Amino acid sequence: MQDQKESMGAAYWKANLKLMMICLIIWFVVSYGFGILLVDTLNSIEFAGFKLGFWFAQQGSIYTFVILIFVYAHQMNKIDRKFNVHEE
Amino acid sequence: MELQTLTYIIVGLSFALYIGIAIWSRASTTGEFYVAGKGVHPIANGMATAADWMSAASFISMAGLIAFLGYGGSVYLMGWTGGYVLLATLLAPYLRKYGKFTVPEFIGGRYYSKSASLVAIICLIFISFTYVAGQMRGVGIVFSRFLEVDILTGLIVGMGVVFVYAVLGGMKGITYTQVAQYCVLIFAYTVPAVFIAFQLTGHFMPQLAFGSTLLDGSGFMLERLNQVVTELGFTEYTRGNKSTIDVFFITLALMVGTAGLPHVIVRFFTVPKVRDARTSAGWALLFIALLYTTAPAVGAMARYNLTQTVQIGAVGTPAGNLEVESRPEWMKRWEPTGLLKFEDKNNDGRIQYYNDKNPEFAKMAQDEYGWNGNELKVDRDIMVLANPEIAGLPDWVIALVAAGGIAAALSTAAGLLLVISAAISHDLLKGILMPDISERSELMAGRIAAAFAICIAGYLGYNPPGFVAQVVAFAFGLAASSLFPAILMGIFSKRINREGAIAGMLVGLIFTMGYIINFKGVFIEPMAANIPENWFMGISPEGIGGIGMILNFITAFAISRVTSPPPAEVQQLVEDIRIPRGSGAAHDH
Repeated sequence: MQDQKESMGAAYWKANLKLMMICLIIWFVVSYGFGILLVDTLNSIEFAGFKLGFWFAQQGSIYTFVILIFVYAHQMNKIDRKFNVHEE
Repeated sequence: MELQTLTYIIVGLSFALYIGIAIWSRASTTGEFYVAGKGVHPIANGMATAADWMSAASFISMAGLIAFLGYGGSVYLMGWTGGYVLLATLLAPYLRKYGKFTVPEFIGGRYYSKSASLVAIICLIFISFTYVAGQMRGVGIVFSRFLEVDILTGLIVGMGVVFVYAVLGGMKGITYTQVAQYCVLIFAYTVPAVFIAFQLTGHFMPQLAFGSTLLDGSGFMLERLNQVVTELGFTEYTRGNKSTIDVFFITLALMVGTAGLPHVIVRFFTVPKVRDARTSAGWALLFIALLYTTAPAVGAMARYNLTQTVQIGAVGTPAGNLEVESRPEWMKRWEPTGLLKFEDKNNDGRIQYYNDKNPEFAKMAQDEYGWNGNELKVDRDIMVLANPEIAGLPDWVIALVAAGGIAAALSTAAGLLLVISAAISHDLLKGILMPDISERSELMAGRIAAAFAICIAGYLGYNPPGFVAQVVAFAFGLAASSLFPAILMGIFSKRINREGAIAGMLVGLIFTMGYIINFKGVFIEPMAANIPENWFMGISPEGIGGIGMILNFITAFAISRVTSPPPAEVQQLVEDIRIPRGSGAAHDH
């Protein structure tokens, strides 16, 4: 029983870390990737009056961050429930 | 009605609102005083966090900074929002589960050491005072420009208002007041932005106007802006003049610093549940993003308007520049503040505004146009405040912007004062010096500490140590290199022990502090010129917190590996904070 509880705990933590890593990769790519490291390359693409790299640095990354947190919170609630560690 | 009377009425009404809310939501227990009894709805908490976070710097200075830095200003936009992703995924839910009141409390508990807690208290107090001094200064400037009272009177009024609601209301009063302040500041920020966006492009949304064509038929705003500024010798607006590695590390230091700032972290202790801590970070960022996605549009439009005001015709032709005598009213109004200066260097009776720091362009302009240097100096801090005047908006909008600026400064100041008072009464007195103190006396001590902190903040606001601007780099750098790694490792590693954490914090702190002092010379004369050639790997002092953080991680891991692991009950604690269930029970001490 104890073992089962522990392995459930480990699986929950693993699922949590996986979701977290996905979020942080997206977080890194839109800001440091598109907005900074690849900005010159992306700036050669124009859309809706913006150079794409500039848009990511001043607009796109912020929109992505907001969506990212809500998606993370929603997915985490699901994981909490799945492993039965959610709050009452 | 006179502008000044109108401003008095609008600012007065906003003050009455804040004080009314403070009286309605007075704190009576330490729980309410420090963390609002943990009963704040996530949306309300998100709004309060947004107001807490967006300071006078965000409201007054940021758009102006971006206007003059162009792409280079992106470090503030990404840096001051991206930290919330780190908060939501890495820190907030776990700290909420831990269920105590303050950051030093977590560090002291997780690293089973009062010394660790003490290091955290020192970092926290330093970071918070740095910030609060800047806020009080902001209050003073707004008062003196719009209400035309002297800075000291402005400061005393501002201190009085913060005193009433921070000292009486504690976190509970502050939280609900901040909700009101958020509404005031976001309304005040977006109204002029919408007006100006509509004037320039015909779009109401500044975020869309940013990428639209101008109504005068000269093409896309950003393309036109690039063209206008390069003709005057400036770097293209959509291109920065900082190196990529520097932009990278400044963004990193600001992001991680945001996630490590105690007055931001403590907001997530106030929500009822762990899952609320996650969504609350989302709401906070959504409310912040409303201002942060408007700001770059405001910056670009302000730069365009300013340049067009002065450069009325083709560059290089005598008639292309504005005549001094026909300069607009708003310029005349700002001249007495010293924040806008004009000097006719070539005595042609016209204003030349261009980049005389660009040697090639300056030489060409002198030889061919007869320009003797840039004649107009505009302090970037006035861009947002002067924006409604530049665009010729009605007086009530100008009065509203004044109220918004004050709301932004007061809300941040109050949050910081509370963090300082909690660190002194809860962490230092109850945690270390007098563990037997009663709840009543602790609450009293908290109020006295807050009152005392307000006086120091007011003093610093009136006599700004010449280095307030430099110290901002300090606050973020220290938060990034000391508190953030210690908290993160405390949650995600069971192996990091007391020795590792303390050594890590000290190494991060001392390295970052040393680097900044070396180039910026806080308290002492700088020891080296603050130029890219001297920087470590080309990273400026603003971005060095990122390196400090990495050093902190390496040190903590290395030391923990060679010393004994944390005791079993601490490892159990780490297990426990990783699981949301049972957060309700974790409140009690």
